[in-house]
Amino acid sequence: MGELLSQVGAFVAQVEGDVGVIGRGLVFGLGAIGPGIGIGYLVGKAVEAMARQPEAAGMVRTTMFLGIAFTEALALFGFVLTFII
Amino acid sequence: MSFLAQARPPEPFEAPGLELFRPPCLTEWDLFGVHFCLDRGVLYMFLAAAIVIVLFVVAARGGSLVPRGVRNLVESIVDFIREEIAIQVIGQEGRPWVPFLTSMFAFILVGNLFGIIPGIQFPVNGRIAIPAFLALLVWALFNVAGIRAQGAAYLKNTLFPPGVPKPIYILLTPIELISTFLVRPLTLSVRLLANMMAGHLILAIFFLGTAYLLAKPSTIPFAVPAFALSVALVGFEMLVAVLQAYIFTILTAVYIAGAVHPEH
Repeated sequence: MGELLSQVGAFVAQVEGDVGVIGRGLVFGLGAIGPGIGIGYLVGKAVEAMARQPEAAGMVRTTMFLGIAFTEALALFGFVLTFII
Repeated sequence: MSFLAQARPPEPFEAPGLELFRPPCLTEWDLFGVHFCLDRGVLYMFLAAAIVIVLFVVAARGGSLVPRGVRNLVESIVDFIREEIAIQVIGQEGRPWVPFLTSMFAFILVGNLFGIIPGIQFPVNGRIAIPAFLALLVWALFNVAGIRAQGAAYLKNTLFPPGVPKPIYILLTPIELISTFLVRPLTLSVRLLANMMAGHLILAIFFLGTAYLLAKPSTIPFAVPAFALSVALVGFEMLVAVLQAYIFTILTAVYIAGAVHPEH
């Protein structure tokens, strides 16, 4: 009986470890979807603006980097969480 | 090929993890119940500060009207921060902030570049302590700047932006409170930390993977593209180091500008 219990315990521990690894992958993968779409859209629009008005390219680029920084933060939270959970 | 056999990595391949950022302590001691550990990361932090101080002092002592050597480099950094960040984002009131922004930019940049300098290869900002301290410093500074510029109206203008229908404040005020006073320092520090940490981990994984592939004759063909990509990633890391220092500085300027200029 005791041996059976210890075997079950070992099995549960292993499944928990596997689920943890999958969860880490999921946290970063799911967390990267939104910012990925967001940054793509943002840079695309910035390129459009620069092509239409090349003399405003400097200002657009600064604002683009700011927007990327805000959007990217969400993906980076996911990255940091993979190490915390 | 004997030297490759000697440097054979462990079998199976073990990906490097966070232990990269916890080098062994050179000395450690306990003081007031706090455990202090002086490792090479701490030494590199002091080295980064020393490099910045020496560069700027040497450049300032030049004295001649025509910049030469180090002075050229430092003047271009100062000029970039003043024209592209301080004046463009904050306006003419941004001039007093140029020294702070410049020294912070230079320190972060040198600390980030330590991640790819051969022989050092330790991004100082890859550990939460330094980005967190810098973010808290920025948090304190933009609040002080706001209170100095607007007085008690700073809190009112920040939490209750004018020109909004009254019932909206039920929604708006908690969001403003959280985003301005809690999320700002958190995102500022985590952005710098995660960029440097992720970059360093990716470099370590690629170079160790190349060494692993080189160890067996059957996998050597795969080592060639892996090595090429590793070298390309070093260049990418250089870009990220400069970009993150720039983003940290420009966000600081944006926060200060938001605190100094009340919304109308």
